[in-house]
Amino acid sequence: MTMTEDAPARTVLGQRLLRKEDPALLTGEAKFTADLVVPGALHLAVLRSPYAHATINSVDVSEALAAPGVRAAYAGAEVAAMFTGPLPCAWPVTADMKNPAHFPLAVTKAAFAGDGVACVLADSAAAAKDALELIKVDYTPHEAVTNLEDALSDRVVIHDELGTNKSYTWDLKIEETEGQVDAAFATAAYTTKQRFIQQRLIPAAMEPRSVLAVPQPFGGDMTLYSTTQIPHILKIFVAVLTGIPEHQMRVIAPAVGGGFGSKLNVYPEEVLCTALARKHKVPVRWTEDRSEASMSTIQGRAQIQDIELAADADGRLTGIRVRLIGDMGAYLQLVAPGVPLLGAFLYAGVYELPKAYDFSCTSVFTNMTPTDAYRGAGRPEATYAIERSMDALATEMGIDPLELRRRNFIPKDAFPYEAFTGLTYDSGDHDAAATVAAELMGYDEFRARQAAQNVPGATKLLGLGVSTYFEMCGLAPSRVLASLNYGAGGWEAATVRVLPTNRVQVVTGTAPHGQGHETSWSMIAAEKLGVDPADVDVLHSDTAIAPYGLDTYGSRSLPVGGVAIANACDGVIDKARQIAAHQLEANPDDLEFSGGVFRVAGSPDREMPLAAIAWAAFTAHDLPDGMEPNLEHSTHYDPPNFSWPFGTHMCAVEIDTETGQVEVLKYVAVDDCGVQVNPLIVDGQVHGGVIQGLAQALYEGAVYDTDGNLKNSTLAEYLVPAASDVPPITLGHTVTPSPTNQLGVKGVGEAGTIGAAPAVINAVVDALSGLGVRDIDMPASPNNVWHAIQAARASTTSSTHGGSQ
Amino acid sequence: MIPAAFDYVRAGSAEEAISLIGEHGDDAKFLAGGHSLLPLMKLRLAQPTVLVDIGRVSDLSYIRDAGDHVAIGALTRHMDVETSDLLKQHVPLLAHAAGHVGDPQVRHRGTIGGSIAHADPASDLPATTLALGATYIAQGPNGTREIAASEFYQGFLTSALEADEMLTEIRVPKMNGAGWSFQKFNRRAQDWAIVGVAAWRRNGDSGVALVNMGSVPILATSVSSALAGGASIEDAAAQAAAEAEPQADLNASVEYRTHLAKVLVKRALTEAS
Repeated sequence: MTMTEDAPARTVLGQRLLRKEDPALLTGEAKFTADLVVPGALHLAVLRSPYAHATINSVDVSEALAAPGVRAAYAGAEVAAMFTGPLPCAWPVTADMKNPAHFPLAVTKAAFAGDGVACVLADSAAAAKDALELIKVDYTPHEAVTNLEDALSDRVVIHDELGTNKSYTWDLKIEETEGQVDAAFATAAYTTKQRFIQQRLIPAAMEPRSVLAVPQPFGGDMTLYSTTQIPHILKIFVAVLTGIPEHQMRVIAPAVGGGFGSKLNVYPEEVLCTALARKHKVPVRWTEDRSEASMSTIQGRAQIQDIELAADADGRLTGIRVRLIGDMGAYLQLVAPGVPLLGAFLYAGVYELPKAYDFSCTSVFTNMTPTDAYRGAGRPEATYAIERSMDALATEMGIDPLELRRRNFIPKDAFPYEAFTGLTYDSGDHDAAATVAAELMGYDEFRARQAAQNVPGATKLLGLGVSTYFEMCGLAPSRVLASLNYGAGGWEAATVRVLPTNRVQVVTGTAPHGQGHETSWSMIAAEKLGVDPADVDVLHSDTAIAPYGLDTYGSRSLPVGGVAIANACDGVIDKARQIAAHQLEANPDDLEFSGGVFRVAGSPDREMPLAAIAWAAFTAHDLPDGMEPNLEHSTHYDPPNFSWPFGTHMCAVEIDTETGQVEVLKYVAVDDCGVQVNPLIVDGQVHGGVIQGLAQALYEGAVYDTDGNLKNSTLAEYLVPAASDVPPITLGHTVTPSPTNQLGVKGVGEAGTIGAAPAVINAVVDALSGLGVRDIDMPASPNNVWHAIQAARASTTSSTHGGSQ
Repeated sequence: MIPAAFDYVRAGSAEEAISLIGEHGDDAKFLAGGHSLLPLMKLRLAQPTVLVDIGRVSDLSYIRDAGDHVAIGALTRHMDVETSDLLKQHVPLLAHAAGHVGDPQVRHRGTIGGSIAHADPASDLPATTLALGATYIAQGPNGTREIAASEFYQGFLTSALEADEMLTEIRVPKMNGAGWSFQKFNRRAQDWAIVGVAAWRRNGDSGVALVNMGSVPILATSVSSALAGGASIEDAAAQAAAEAEPQADLNASVEYRTHLAKVLVKRALTEAS
């Protein structure tokens, strides 16, 4: 553990406090959107296209309208007219990016199987569902585009008005790199060239999406409850799209059961419920079922990655070239075009690289469910590519993969480190993280055991995989986002008020949906103000209570929102100091504040606790001249830099070559997220993240047939691992504080996911390397592993024959 | 997640259930534990107009020693099969296999009769009772009849039961100390088997049945014949897929599934020997 020497003694931060939100969540007391009881609400049901690509010739809702309990039914064209424009994409990454109009219901063409084409409002969810079967849609089906390279050929164009399936090509422009990459490859001692497929993943949050729009009794005000990660961003877009003035629009995210990015969007059903509630002057609600979620909620990953490394004779990286094809699905969702950009800066991982980097991404439309940010968003993909490539380079050089990594680590004393991209990495100690991980794994012992076990003819093969990562998170400095053409900033808002009875309210612009912000934010305020965390209440996720905020995604909540709270506490302390100085007749600069009490330096009997100051601020009987009553401070914090958590993950597997079954024997995750506010919550985030990354490596993948039908839309077929399938995870931590914020914190929400998939697949390939397997597509299912072994054996046999001549 | 509209009636006895199903015709279905039928209804892949709930026909939940066999009432839940001392003693293969059905919630609701009558080739108990040479008792308006497990499975989700017949009892021969093995290969603990094998051996006799290797549970008679003829386990296991008609799905190619059947039969025979 490394800590800065002048770090203040902490009393609350660093404690493993149980999460204060859990009792309500675990006992069912917490209310999710679908739990809210609102009399008289109508139920929305959406008819979805069974075709992935079809012209809609006509929609006849007359029979549905006559069905029992049905109040209204609409086709796409009527619905489109209720809005000022199509659904938003907030990240136009290039000036010439193609963005097809995406209406809440398709008007002329259905572009994926699951695209809404009509809807019904009825007295009950059952009546609405039954009536869907009475809607008659006349389709002309077209050939579906489900292959990315086929999509790029424009053989079949999905959006006729665009004339092409290509949305954009974005190149990372770095000064002084002209010709450097070609030179690096021309002079390299070693090169690797590989293609990796990032399969589509279904986020599968535990709570499906649910929406409830409630018109208020007078004045045209509207309250929208939604299972969203982004109540603040949603409020702005729903207001603009429906024409409801923003000041009359209120968005509330009640208890929300997970998101992983899938609730970071402006969805058709959110704007539909709002517009229909306004039109019909009644509450309107909708809750998706699981198969509907699989088809109509965004999916993640979905890239083809071509990556080339150049290295010198010692294995030090000298150049990297990356070409991506991004699968946007049928339409551009809220931030989808930017997902590859979030990875673009990370294809050199934690390694030193000269200015010899060439990155280009082309994104295309396909007739599949739209994609968007999914836990890690671009960064797991980048980490996978570089970490798989480092293993390939180590194999080519015949050296240990951990040794190769150590040769390339950015050294500890180089931080803050200006990378080849121009971005500055705030702090890091990769060697320390790798050393801790190797110790926890028993790296050398395992290698010895592996050498003894993996003999020719063995049917149980051991493998060990290493992955390191740097994560660019804490989205984000607004000026950097501007340079990437993102449509908003990256600041966060906080208000801290000490109530007259010395209880504290924290108002945050973050929108927790499982992260435990109520606990962590209470701890930050408690640490700063010297109060008990139980005496702090955190208000969030209601735009009427927390009017400013940019919500929760991209591991931003703590390094941006949490720091904003600490800053607001400083504002409160400043004001309290003035009041205390006034009442104690002391110079403000002579007051020391600790444990919730101001004391006059050198006169310890002259003191004033925060409780007395809060009461004095409330009564306002005796405040300094010109000071306003009450003890409250609001602030908006725009971070000066991303935060850069990092770590090393290691995975040990045993593979049964007869069945292809991969058993994870041990998983070690060493994550450095700077100062830990609540290590219990950090552990939980890493556990969940590792399991999600391991799921991509071994279990999950949305499978589409060539007609664009999703083949695994239920949780019986889409294999989210259950508790019984999860291996033991050994956690270790190093602590390298971030120098860019007063808490020294970095984000941790996505880290586990980023490290896990490459660690697992590196282990699988390591186990099979003796058989000649060099790569395997994810998920490494028993079927895929067995086929990879057969293919390698066939190829080894044929090359042996060839070599014998 | 919302089934199409249906009527619901509850039967108090097997006779009443059979009478009700006869009354309501082809669109009526028996509802036992509901763990096969209800998911299909929620996806609207099945839309019966009437459900005849037999869940409270309590006299069909029993496990009895019947001399050379054990008689199991059709409404006996998987958990009761799994934990029965009588079955553990005389038909340990079946008790063990029942412990691998789904997850604990499924095993507390689902019934052995429901699983067999649903005739899903991917379910564990149809193949297990097939390997054991079980006999099923069907009751209809005109009385009862016996159906050999080997005659029962006629096609995908199709059994020899007539529309107005109800499966009431499963008779499983005692294993008399035979060695046995149940191999279930899947990706997640609660899933259906990608391939499963139920096998027993006693002297020259054996019974081997395969889960999810065709449209019906498969009796691997070639394996048993090979063993009876003195073949080695390795050679007998090579015949594992001789009677199978494996299909490809998201979890397995035909080639892989065929290979897996051989590997698992080899392991099962080794364990049962």
